[in-house]
Amino acid sequence: MADNNTNNPNEKNDVTDPSRRRFVKNTGFAVGGVAGGALLGGLFSNRSNKNNAGTTDSGKEPKKEKRYEEARIFFTRFADFAILSHAVETIFPEDDNGPGAIELGVPYFIDRQLAGPWGMNAGDYRQGSFANGNGSAADSILTRGEIFIIGLRKMEEESQKRFSKKFAEVEEEQHIEILKAFEAGEVKMNGISSDSFLGLLRSSTMEGAYSDPLYGGNRDMKGWKMKEFPGAVASYANMIEEKEFVKMDPVSLTDYQQK
Amino acid sequence: MVKTLEKVDAVVVGSGWAGGVAAAELTKKGYSVVCLERGAAKGREDFIGSKDELKYDVRKMMFQELKKETLTVRNTLDEVASPNRSNDTNAINGTDTGGSGVHWNGMVYRWLPYDFEIRSKTIEQYGEDIIPKDMTMQDWGIKYDELEPYYDQFEKTMGVSGEPDPMRPGQRSDEYPTPPMKETDVIRTFTEAAERLGYHPYRIASANLSEAYTNPDGETINGCVYCAFCESFGCDFGAKSDPIATVLATAQRSDKFTLRNNAYAVRVVHEGGKATGIKFVDTQTGEEFIQPADIVVVSGFTFTNTRIMLLSEIGKPYNPTDGTGVIGKNLTTHQRNLTHTRVRGFFDEKKFNRYAGAGALGVTMDDFNIEQLDARETGFLHGFCLRTSQRGDRPIGNNHVPAGVPSWGREFKDKSIFYANRRIDVQQQNGALPWRENYMDLDPTYKDMFGDPLLRVTSRFHEQDRNIVRYAHQRAKELLEEMGADHITVPEITEETEFNKSSLSDHTGGGVIMGSDPETSAVNNYSQVWDMDNLFVVGASSFPHVGSSNPTATVGALAYRAAEGMLKVLEDGGGQLVQAAGQEAKV
Repeated sequence: MADNNTNNPNEKNDVTDPSRRRFVKNTGFAVGGVAGGALLGGLFSNRSNKNNAGTTDSGKEPKKEKRYEEARIFFTRFADFAILSHAVETIFPEDDNGPGAIELGVPYFIDRQLAGPWGMNAGDYRQGSFANGNGSAADSILTRGEIFIIGLRKMEEESQKRFSKKFAEVEEEQHIEILKAFEAGEVKMNGISSDSFLGLLRSSTMEGAYSDPLYGGNRDMKGWKMKEFPGAVASYANMIEEKEFVKMDPVSLTDYQQK
Repeated sequence: MVKTLEKVDAVVVGSGWAGGVAAAELTKKGYSVVCLERGAAKGREDFIGSKDELKYDVRKMMFQELKKETLTVRNTLDEVASPNRSNDTNAINGTDTGGSGVHWNGMVYRWLPYDFEIRSKTIEQYGEDIIPKDMTMQDWGIKYDELEPYYDQFEKTMGVSGEPDPMRPGQRSDEYPTPPMKETDVIRTFTEAAERLGYHPYRIASANLSEAYTNPDGETINGCVYCAFCESFGCDFGAKSDPIATVLATAQRSDKFTLRNNAYAVRVVHEGGKATGIKFVDTQTGEEFIQPADIVVVSGFTFTNTRIMLLSEIGKPYNPTDGTGVIGKNLTTHQRNLTHTRVRGFFDEKKFNRYAGAGALGVTMDDFNIEQLDARETGFLHGFCLRTSQRGDRPIGNNHVPAGVPSWGREFKDKSIFYANRRIDVQQQNGALPWRENYMDLDPTYKDMFGDPLLRVTSRFHEQDRNIVRYAHQRAKELLEEMGADHITVPEITEETEFNKSSLSDHTGGGVIMGSDPETSAVNNYSQVWDMDNLFVVGASSFPHVGSSNPTATVGALAYRAAEGMLKVLEDGGGQLVQAAGQEAKV
């Protein structure tokens, strides 16, 4: 398959890669094999600062609980995961309503989904011929996991072509331009149309933002809180007739299911 | 090697509503029944704590895995069909104990007297010329009044909560078993607007029950708590009538009932014009079995029933070119990308508790149903109900924004959050009429996990199908304007709006249709196969067309009537229960 992104692991994963080095320097974290998630977090707090000036000028970061699940299962290359993170944040950005896709854990949510039965199309009908499909992800000869890798690298290729910069290094406006080109079906992809890939990316982002937090997204139910969705509430029998809106604290399956 | 099991009185394929009703009625009379269910064993305990939108509503955990069997789809006779590969594209078929009857919403509508005599009544009202040349509309071979007692019986089995339709006085022999569900602000807003416009709204009859109820068979269903996880889910509280809570529980009281899970029926075995049993595969061992029986009941979904008839070579396959043959004809559906589209109203100042609800919690009206419209003026036959329901919006699925707002990015996020609880949808459910080249046969290329051909669906939309939905959308828009919606989004229906892999819904009928003439129908009004007295094919496969509301009540009513027929055959030793009509208008 024609793919301008090389499959040579040295090129992407070598820490001497100049762009990665700059990436590391800008965010102020030490270079290390496990720095990926932290790097990304740093990058995005920069971006959101631009949009919400003055919110973090105290210099004090709230103490974060260590999340042991912040490691990649499906994505072998950090570069792919970085593109994914920028893309989902573009689809669902941090704003005055609350956190964006990154803070909600969407990239890790997608990583896990792709590593599981859905990413491998385990329940789907997979007999050929695939020749008369409709260009959708479901009709593709590729698995969803393969589609994500190809699609994200295609985003990188578009960024290089349009801006001579990595997707992970361009601004939100440029991300939007690239995503719009995908949405319009203008980017040539193998095995799937670019608008179908964008659709898959979008639906996966919504799933990660709003599914029960047990899947790794919707962290601390912040997606539900933004949307005023109460989650797994046993009964609404006492308030269903109310004329006024009733705001409730959300309940996750962690607290709802029998233990 | 195929192993032959011990003979029983009846073998039933499928444990959903149709098969469940048959199993309950036969075992109540002391007959031995083996029910073959292709899916896994499930019970109420599987649904406790199941409020997981991603697992059930998005990944469709209660639907058949398409890797085992799916459908292929095409628009026209000269095209090569392509398989529906993923439940992401379209999840239609339920599986596991209770079938689709477990994860349904619970809306209970009776179809109209007009429906059952649709061809005769249309000709009587307008003359034959109004029926398009390629529309294969036909009478059902049964009248509403004959079916009414069975509707009543099914409603009592379920304990349905409802109130009578003010536009249909005299059409019910009894009240609903339980009162309507609670009224919400969404329902009040719709009802008040509809009444101001002079319409006749009434509450959707619901199988999510307004109060605890014990049915005539002694099964108890709990009162609904409006927890908002109905469609795609099994009920967390045993408060939605489903086959597990009702008919299967009744059958299980008998020691002559066996529910065999992981038993995938592949053929009706028959000899000399008589069904002798069902051949099935145990999907846990791969072994093949024949379950012999005096009567054979095929009661899966439309697609299962049609495919098993074609694979078993019973009845003449339908030929769409000349209209001869019967098996596979009159495929109709409430199309997801046409009938099931909604007009959405967005309110800037008003907020509703949309996260709460129940599958059938809503209000509906018949002011635009078949008798109220004049086809000469509207440009379409049949009619529709208009309604709104408050099922409980879940956040992955609830990302609706007014027209013109992008589907991702900053504006999308802001608006989708703002309007999450500020919306009312109005939905029509219209009659779907049959066309000569909308049908099912066996696919020449694609196979299931056993190597048998998949079922192939050929279907396209006609201008009449689009016109009825366009007209309904305008009426829905007027209602939303009256409700005071600030932004109203009407789905665009253009000539490019076409049948595709996502179109078929769980409201699909046809393939083994009911009628009075063996030349144009496959079963009589007891769902008994013409010319094979001890074979009953029960379910939505028997619908000659799909009416203007949800189909489950009609499936249940026809199943009760079919069960009566089965008992007659078991008691009297066979014979056709209905005399075939000499002549019916051929199409």
